[in-house]
Amino acid sequence: MTDTASMPAPEKIPFWRNPTIRACGFQAVMLVGLVLLALVIYRNTLANLTLRGINTGFGFLSNEAGFGIGEISAIPMINPGFFSFVASAMGVALGLFLLFRYLIQAEGNGKNRFMLGAGVVLFTASLGCFYTSISMVETYTYTHASTYVTALVTGLINTLKVSVLGCVLSTILGLFIALAGLSPNWLLKKLAHAYIEINRNIPVLMHLFFWYFIVFQRLPGVRHSASLFDTVFFNNRGVYLPRPVFQENFALFFVAIFLSLVIVFFLWLHGRKRQGETGKQPPVLIPCLGVLIALPALVCLFTGTPFHFDYPVLKGFNFKGGMTLTPEFMALVTGLTVYVSAFNAEIIRSGIQSVSKGQTEAGRALSMSEGRIMRKVILPQALRVIIPPMTSEYLAIAKNSSLAVAIGYPDLVSIGGTILNQTGQSIEVIGIWMTVYLIISLLISIGMNWYNAKIRLIQR
Amino acid sequence: MKTIVEPYHGDRPPILKSGALNWMKNNLFSPWYNAVLTVVTAALVYILVTPLWRWAVTDACFGTTPDVCKGSHGACWAFIQDMWPVFMVGTYPSDQRWRVALAAGMVLLLIIATLFRALRKKRLLHLLWILSPAVIFILVRGGETFHLQYVPSTQWGGLMLTVFLSLVSMIFAFPLSVLLALGRQSDMPVIRSVSVAYIELVRGVPLISILFMASVVLPLFFPPEMEFSKIMRAMVGITLFFAAYLAENIRGGLQGLARGQYEAADALGLGYWKKMGFIILPQALRIVLPPMVNNFIGILKDTSLVGIIGLIDLLQVAFAATSNPKWLGKIEEAYLFVALFYWIMCYSLSKFSRILEERYQL
Repeated sequence: MTDTASMPAPEKIPFWRNPTIRACGFQAVMLVGLVLLALVIYRNTLANLTLRGINTGFGFLSNEAGFGIGEISAIPMINPGFFSFVASAMGVALGLFLLFRYLIQAEGNGKNRFMLGAGVVLFTASLGCFYTSISMVETYTYTHASTYVTALVTGLINTLKVSVLGCVLSTILGLFIALAGLSPNWLLKKLAHAYIEINRNIPVLMHLFFWYFIVFQRLPGVRHSASLFDTVFFNNRGVYLPRPVFQENFALFFVAIFLSLVIVFFLWLHGRKRQGETGKQPPVLIPCLGVLIALPALVCLFTGTPFHFDYPVLKGFNFKGGMTLTPEFMALVTGLTVYVSAFNAEIIRSGIQSVSKGQTEAGRALSMSEGRIMRKVILPQALRVIIPPMTSEYLAIAKNSSLAVAIGYPDLVSIGGTILNQTGQSIEVIGIWMTVYLIISLLISIGMNWYNAKIRLIQR
Repeated sequence: MKTIVEPYHGDRPPILKSGALNWMKNNLFSPWYNAVLTVVTAALVYILVTPLWRWAVTDACFGTTPDVCKGSHGACWAFIQDMWPVFMVGTYPSDQRWRVALAAGMVLLLIIATLFRALRKKRLLHLLWILSPAVIFILVRGGETFHLQYVPSTQWGGLMLTVFLSLVSMIFAFPLSVLLALGRQSDMPVIRSVSVAYIELVRGVPLISILFMASVVLPLFFPPEMEFSKIMRAMVGITLFFAAYLAENIRGGLQGLARGQYEAADALGLGYWKKMGFIILPQALRIVLPPMVNNFIGILKDTSLVGIIGLIDLLQVAFAATSNPKWLGKIEEAYLFVALFYWIMCYSLSKFSRILEERYQL
């Protein structure tokens, strides 16, 4: 035992050993360092730019571009019609959401009648607005005389087109490959494994080059085009498809289709609810099919056919009419799809295998059919494992679509590169690229995180 | 009444049916639809593989001159036989290629030595590993002081460039990513936000934009008299890009460690760097070794993008070789050859990562 009085008084901690002060000091030093670095970079950049005679700023964007773009998409004009189009579409979605919330609410404890009323009013009013504003939306397209901004927006639309298509197609293909990999059939399983292992171990740029230089550019010339039922033509200038041409009344037709889809959705929801309450399955399929066919048919009957097809026809040296998919577009979409589908297949396969075998056996014990077990028991549980890695694959597609520059598809990076070479405004162009991709990445992550949170296992 | 259960009277378990025929019956033809599936798949494989086989093997021609391929429908492997040094080292002077071969042989020897468990702990081996990058660099680059012909980096290419770029980027990205991962886990708000901003910014943009930035904008950041070679710029871009991805992997390892490890280190009164260096990182890095190998596969595949900013890597060398007037338009052969190289490298690395994963799970 020691006497406390005889112990030396606790040493006062000098301030430079106080963790809080140390942390503050360390951060201050780092901050000063970063600011100094930024200053040096800024000064050097200014000096270099003046040396090369390059102006800074985004003023160049309103100059005339003057170069050609291989694939031109229509850009919606920012006018009142466009705004009312967007606003009414959002109104329709919100109205549907309210109705949906009303329907899935439990019976009894004060069902919110207000939600029903608001939903119905919002839905019908917005649908009306939507119908009138479709025809008010005007579009314009890029020409040589357009500005750099228009060129960049065209590139952005092309990027989005490829990314969305790539995400959808690679998911579908990946699902099929994954199911093939899980099949009890030995040959099919081995084939799926080979597909995955071959495709994911080869760089994506190589995939693009393969599809572009070896497949789509080696298709026969225009005069010897391969055709499918004389409506779809393949040649080395692209793929020619029939194009639907809309008549005056197509808006009403679309509204009718949309309305019938909404009715079918609510019929299905209602049927499911009734089954939950009474155990009996009310007839859903027949009324659904009836609505789905009758409503658009009725519109057609009153207003005539909403569209006809414009078929591509060989005239002179090239095809006229129809819709053209350029070889660059085809190569980019196919290459990205094949590459990413291998990863998606692996993600889906491991997700499905992560659901314990007991779940399948329990489903069989309840005498559910194999397809039903897959849909109702396995997939909902597997999705929780699948979604997070799938999100990064979707992000990878959006980012890898920038490889379009290597095969000359006019996406955002490719057009930006042309502008960069023409104007020398490298910092601004790269800044635009990075900002746009950051926004796209952010939107995809937000969307997928929302979905992930929705299907997450809620633990009590 | 129909008997449902047949009573079993034997005292032995039922005989397991085996043999090739039974295996086929169970795995290929058991319900009728499986048989249909097998036939369709087999037909598909036949349709896909036969023309490829005929092109690549049956009708192929070998040799070293373009004449052997005249009038043949098959692959012209003579092209690869003639040009394969170009695929390996690009435009590296042909009388100096032995230096690259020597460097590759040295690395191979080191790897083989490391595979022996007994040698792995030897100091000498560690020293050789640490010295090897400098030795290889001197050997490949050359220069007056070493009595070797100087080979500027503009002449480096092919497989050598691909491997060089990915290895060097990995080596430089690793310490940077450890710092970023630690920064992201740090309690200090400034450091954390700087790390988070860097990681999320880089992960949100495509590699090609970073490469463009490194090749066009980076020289603007430095005084005009400083000059960077193209390879140097590409390396900076790839390093900065993959450091962010690697940092996220390492963060996973840091988070996967039990809290007790952190607390034990604190209880021992270790400072921050000692805690991280001796307790946390050695364990965390071991957990993330397999994902780090996968990350390296990603680097290896994505170095093919440097072709877009004008370097002649393994993929671009295929174009360069087929533009040789002697071998014009032999692009299929070049592609298959290059694809095979990428595939062998990436596939063996992914197998390696899986072996590591299994070993550490025990």
